[in-house]
Amino acid sequence: MIELLVPVFQIITSTFRVSTPLVFAALGGMMSERAGVINIALEGMMLLGAFGGSVVALTLHSPLYGALGAIVFSVVLATVYGFFAIELRANQIVAGTAINMLAAGLTPFLSKILYESSTSTPSLPLELRFQSSPVWVAWGLVFLSWFWMKYTPSGLWVRFAGENPEALDSAGVRVKQVRWAAVLLSGLLAGLGGGSLSIFLSSSFSRNMTAGRGFMALAALIFGKWKPIPTAAACLLFGFFDTLQIRLQGVVLWGDRPVPVQFIQILPYIVTIFVLAGGVGQSKAPKALGLPFVQD
Amino acid sequence: MKVGKRVFRFFQPVFSVILGLGIGLLITYAAGESPWNVFQIMIKSAFGSRYDLGMTLFYTTPLIFTGLSVAVAFHAGLFNIGGEGQLEVGALVTAAVGICLAGVPFPLAPILGILGGFFGGALWGAIPGWLRARRGSHEVINTIMLNFISAGLCSWVTLYVLKNPDSQNPETASVGAGYLIPQLKFFGEAPVSVAILLALLASVFVWFLLWKTSLGFEIRAVGQNEVAAKAAGIDVGKIRILAMVIAGGLAGLVGVSEVLGYAGRFKIGLSPAYGFMGIAVALLGRSRPLGVVASALLFGALHKGTSDLDFETENVTRDLSLILQAMVILCVSADGLWSFFGKRRKKPESPQSQNVAGSLASTATAPATSAKVKVTP
Repeated sequence: MIELLVPVFQIITSTFRVSTPLVFAALGGMMSERAGVINIALEGMMLLGAFGGSVVALTLHSPLYGALGAIVFSVVLATVYGFFAIELRANQIVAGTAINMLAAGLTPFLSKILYESSTSTPSLPLELRFQSSPVWVAWGLVFLSWFWMKYTPSGLWVRFAGENPEALDSAGVRVKQVRWAAVLLSGLLAGLGGGSLSIFLSSSFSRNMTAGRGFMALAALIFGKWKPIPTAAACLLFGFFDTLQIRLQGVVLWGDRPVPVQFIQILPYIVTIFVLAGGVGQSKAPKALGLPFVQD
Repeated sequence: MKVGKRVFRFFQPVFSVILGLGIGLLITYAAGESPWNVFQIMIKSAFGSRYDLGMTLFYTTPLIFTGLSVAVAFHAGLFNIGGEGQLEVGALVTAAVGICLAGVPFPLAPILGILGGFFGGALWGAIPGWLRARRGSHEVINTIMLNFISAGLCSWVTLYVLKNPDSQNPETASVGAGYLIPQLKFFGEAPVSVAILLALLASVFVWFLLWKTSLGFEIRAVGQNEVAAKAAGIDVGKIRILAMVIAGGLAGLVGVSEVLGYAGRFKIGLSPAYGFMGIAVALLGRSRPLGVVASALLFGALHKGTSDLDFETENVTRDLSLILQAMVILCVSADGLWSFFGKRRKKPESPQSQNVAGSLASTATAPATSAKVKVTP
C-alpha cells in the first residue's frame, strides 16, 4: 500500500510545484484581461521576471529580494506594454508580441553583459532559493483575488473596465487609470510567476526558460472562464499534464517504444481549443477585451 | 487630407523604423559598445559581400512567405499568429513528400514538394479559420495553441516516424535528390535558391488575388466591414476560412526554401520565429505585397546583420536582433506614437486605427466593432 502511495504523493506535490508559475501568471493575465486589456505579453513579462529574480537574488543574497527583483523587472516591462497598449492605443496583440520578443532578446543580452554568458545565469545555492513558500503564496493570492474581484469596489471597477467601460466612465471612474492599475498588477503577478521559475523550481535563469508558460497561463485563463478559482484549477490540471510528461519520459508502457511524451505535452493546448470552441461549456471573454477606450 | 499630411503618412513607417532601430541600438551603450559601430558592423554583415547579401536574401525568403500569410489574413480581418505552426507543418509535409516519394525525377519532384508544403500549411490554417467561422472562437488564441500543437506533432514525427537513421540530430531523413531546387550561383556559398523567385511570384499572386479577383474583393470587404459584407450577400464564414487556408498555405511554403533549397530535410527548430517576424513584416509593409517584400528584406538584413555581432563585438550578441525587431514593431504598431507628443494640441484620431483590418489592411472605413468604444460626453 505504502509503495503505491509514495508515487501518488510525489505526483501531487510535483503538480502543485510545477503549476505555481502558471497560477501566478494566469492570475496576472486575469487582472489585465478582466479590465479589457489582452495580455499576450505574459510570456515576456514572466521571462524578464525570471531573469530579474535570479539576478537580484544572486546580488543581494536573498530569495525574498529576488522575488522583489522579479516583480520590478516585470513591472517595468508591463509599464512599456501599458504605455503602448493604453496610452498609444497600439494594437494589443501586436504590442504584446513585440514585448515578448523584447524580453526574449533583452534577457540574454543583459545576461551576457552581467555574467559573460548569454545562455544562463550562475546557479543559486540552495539557501538562496525558495523551498515551498511560492506555492502557498500563489494559492493565497488565488483566494485573495477571488474575494477582491467579487466583493470590493475596486474589483468591480476592474470588471467593468472590461465589460462595460462606458458605464464605468459615466460613474465617474477613470477607465484608463483602472486599466493601467490592472496591467501593472498583471506585470507584478507575471513577475512572481517568472521568479518562481528561476528561484524556486530551478536554480538559475536560462535562456527562454518560460518555454511557452505565459501562453499556457493564457490558455488556463480561458479554460477557467476568466475566473480566479477555476483558472487556478486549470493551472493545476496543466501542471499535472506536465508532471506526467516528465515522469513518463523514456518509460516503456507497451510495445518496444517509449511513450511519446509529445502527445501529453500538447494536451493542454488541445483542451483549450476544445473549450474555446464550446466543447466543454461556453467560455466567454470580457466584452470590451482588446478594445481601447477613448474619452472624448 | 492635406498634401503634407499625406506625405507624412506615407513616410511614417520609415520614421518609425528609424526611431525603433535608434532606440534599439542605443541599448548597446549598456554593453559598452558604440551604437554607431554596431550599426556599421550590421550593415557590413548584411550587405558587405555577395555571400552576405545572399544570406540576407536567404533569410528574406521565408519572411516574404510569412509576411504575405499574415497580410492575407489581415485583409480578411483575421490575426494570424499561427505562421510558426503553419510553416512547420508545411515544411514537414514537404519533407515527408520528398522522403516517401524519393524516386520522383527533378521537374516534377519540387512541384510535388511545393504543393505538399502549401497544403500542409493550408490545413493548419484552415483549423483556426473554421473554428472562427463556425464556432466563433478567436483565431488569436487558437493559432497560439496550434503553434504548440504543431511543435509537439512535428517533433514526434521527426523523431519517431521520419527519423534520419544516420544521425543523432533531431532531423528527418533526406529528401530524394530530384527534390533539391537550383541555387543562385551568383551568391557563392550562400544557400539562396530559386525559392526567393517563388516568394516574389507569391507576392504577385497575392496582389492579383486581393485586388483583381472577386474572391479578393470579398476578403477585403469582410475585413473592412463585416456587417456590410454580410448585407451584400457575402458568406463571411466561408471567406474567413478561405482566407486562413490561403494564409496557412503561404506560410507552408517556407519549407520550399528551408527544406528543398537548403537542408534537404526537416529539422526541428528550423525557423527562428519566422512566423512571428511575419507579423512585423506585414505590419510594416501595411499588408501590401510590395510593402511586404520590402520589409521582409529589412528584417532579413536585420537578422543577418546581427549574426556577426557575436564575434565582432565584446558583449553584444545576435540577440540584439530580437530587441531591434521588437522596438521596430512597437514603434510601427503605435499609430498614436507621432500624435502622442502633439497630443496636447489636438485630440487623437478616432480609434479606427485600432482594428487590425482598419489600420493594416486599408485606411477606409472604421469597422463596426470600434464604434462601440467611442463615448460621447
